[in-house]
Amino acid sequence: MTGDPTATPERGGPAQQERPGRIDAVPVRHPLRWLAVGAISVLVAMFVHLLVTNPAFNWPFVLEITFSAPVLRGLAVGTLFVTLLAMVVGIVMGVLLAVMRLSPNPVLSTVSFVFVWFFRAVPRLVLLTIMGTMGVVFRDGLALGVPFDQQIMGLLGLDGDWRFLTLDANQIFMGVTGGAIGLGLSEAAYMAEIARAGILSVDKGQTEAAEALGMDRGSTMRRIVLPQAMRVIVPPTGNEIISMVKDTSLLIGLPLTTELFFQLRTIGSRTFQIFPVLVSACLWYLAVCSLLMIGQYYLERYFNRGFGTRRAPVGQREEAPA
Amino acid sequence: MSAPAPAPSERHAPTRPLVEAVNVTKSFGHNQVLRGIDLTVDPGEVVCLLGASGSGKTTFLRCINQLESIDGGRIWVDGELMGYRERDGRLHRLKDAEVAAQRREIGMVFQRFNLFPHKTVLENICEAPVVVQRRPRGQVREEALRLLDQVGLEDKPHEYPASLSGGQQQRVAIARALAMQPKLMLFDEPTSALDPELVGDVLAVMRDLAEQGMTMVVVTHEMAFAREVADRVVFMDAGVVVEQGSPAEVLQSPREERTRSFLSRVTKEHAPAVEHVPEQVRHRGAQR
Repeated sequence: MTGDPTATPERGGPAQQERPGRIDAVPVRHPLRWLAVGAISVLVAMFVHLLVTNPAFNWPFVLEITFSAPVLRGLAVGTLFVTLLAMVVGIVMGVLLAVMRLSPNPVLSTVSFVFVWFFRAVPRLVLLTIMGTMGVVFRDGLALGVPFDQQIMGLLGLDGDWRFLTLDANQIFMGVTGGAIGLGLSEAAYMAEIARAGILSVDKGQTEAAEALGMDRGSTMRRIVLPQAMRVIVPPTGNEIISMVKDTSLLIGLPLTTELFFQLRTIGSRTFQIFPVLVSACLWYLAVCSLLMIGQYYLERYFNRGFGTRRAPVGQREEAPA
Repeated sequence: MSAPAPAPSERHAPTRPLVEAVNVTKSFGHNQVLRGIDLTVDPGEVVCLLGASGSGKTTFLRCINQLESIDGGRIWVDGELMGYRERDGRLHRLKDAEVAAQRREIGMVFQRFNLFPHKTVLENICEAPVVVQRRPRGQVREEALRLLDQVGLEDKPHEYPASLSGGQQQRVAIARALAMQPKLMLFDEPTSALDPELVGDVLAVMRDLAEQGMTMVVVTHEMAFAREVADRVVFMDAGVVVEQGSPAEVLQSPREERTRSFLSRVTKEHAPAVEHVPEQVRHRGAQR
């Protein structure tokens, strides 16, 4: 117990006794753990039994539809591609919004606040449904040109307009682009908060050091603050990507039908095999999210560089004093 | 190690001062930290700012390169008014980019080093010359390796800051500041966060720098450094300069009562302070 050998004379100091050697102790027993393992084994066995014997699973059918052409197309287009586009929109806009929010410019920070306020409040299904109706709102298409051109022309007594390019609103706000814009705007609001937390987590001394070296605000943010903020930003962003994969099942609100879950449900209602299509959906979502978790691991490792004990890839391996 | 400071005749060349501060005031809320600081620093001069904590010396140092804005007075560095432009009898605030340009001429070394943790030693040093001054990368790299050699870290270019000791990090920070080829170096308590046995290496680098003729303003508690290296010691208290002069004058025979009482406290506390400080630093090191 005590580190001082003279305090317990009956045990004797190192001089009287053999010095203690390798420890070979009896470990603490954990009977409750074994009990739990037993109970869980029974439950797992019951579950496997259910999976194998219950006809509702209809595994041959699950296998068939899981790799059927419309389901794979839905997975590729509606689920994976829209996730990718929406996250690109969300991350880029989110970081921009966070930088705007933290800017000393009151105009920028207010704009950012209002954006986040709106898009965080509106549910994604509602937002996507709204996107689907944009074709009605912009009946004449979306035009690029001088604002209020027709009114100004009218005042001048002229006919015509100052529009360079008119896009069909239905084409923009429907389908894959509509889904990517709708989900991307919603994501940007969440990413803005995540990025803001990341930026605020970087020590103020970093900004001061960069400013003292004569770096301007933009370079300081891009080269010094954001790379360090990424350590804090990446883990919750991984969560956001996984959420986004699942939220693509809301694309039916748009409606976008080349999407995994809609395709599977269509097969289900056509064949009356309701349960197997749900199993198939779960399998796909599990597979995609597992892959994303692996990717996140490597991304986190990259942005942690300089914070652990690892070195730069090149250079010497001489130990430095701690 | 203990080379003599530049001769007085060298310092008082008939050039204009490199730093000229007149009646500088600064408040944080209701707390007036600087109450009219007047100070000039000649080219090549090493000035040590001494004073109790809260006397305003760090704040004043940060005002010189505009990490803090000043409420009153003026600061000129190399004849250039810091932070403002005088036009039509009014002061106009400079834009961020113009302030950044003024800072490029001034190197700063911080108490807590503030190295960029996600960049290697070499990348830390090359960052600003490449990004800000747009000098060619190869040339900057060569210069950086030479600076690392100068601060005794020629074997560490590819380490990340976290794998260096505090003293090594601070020497990298000095090299990083020097890479911008500044006219003036500001040191904000550069050895206060270091284990006592590492202080010497950093001070040796600073001493070398002083011998090379760099103009330096150093906020420090290292009395020995001030005595041996400084051309002039400035004692501050409660936001004003109480007394200044050669180290011999101020440290050995101070005229002002406040200086005397500070010096007696510092020298009296010196022995227990050495026991106390490493404990804090070691604690911080253990967290890393």
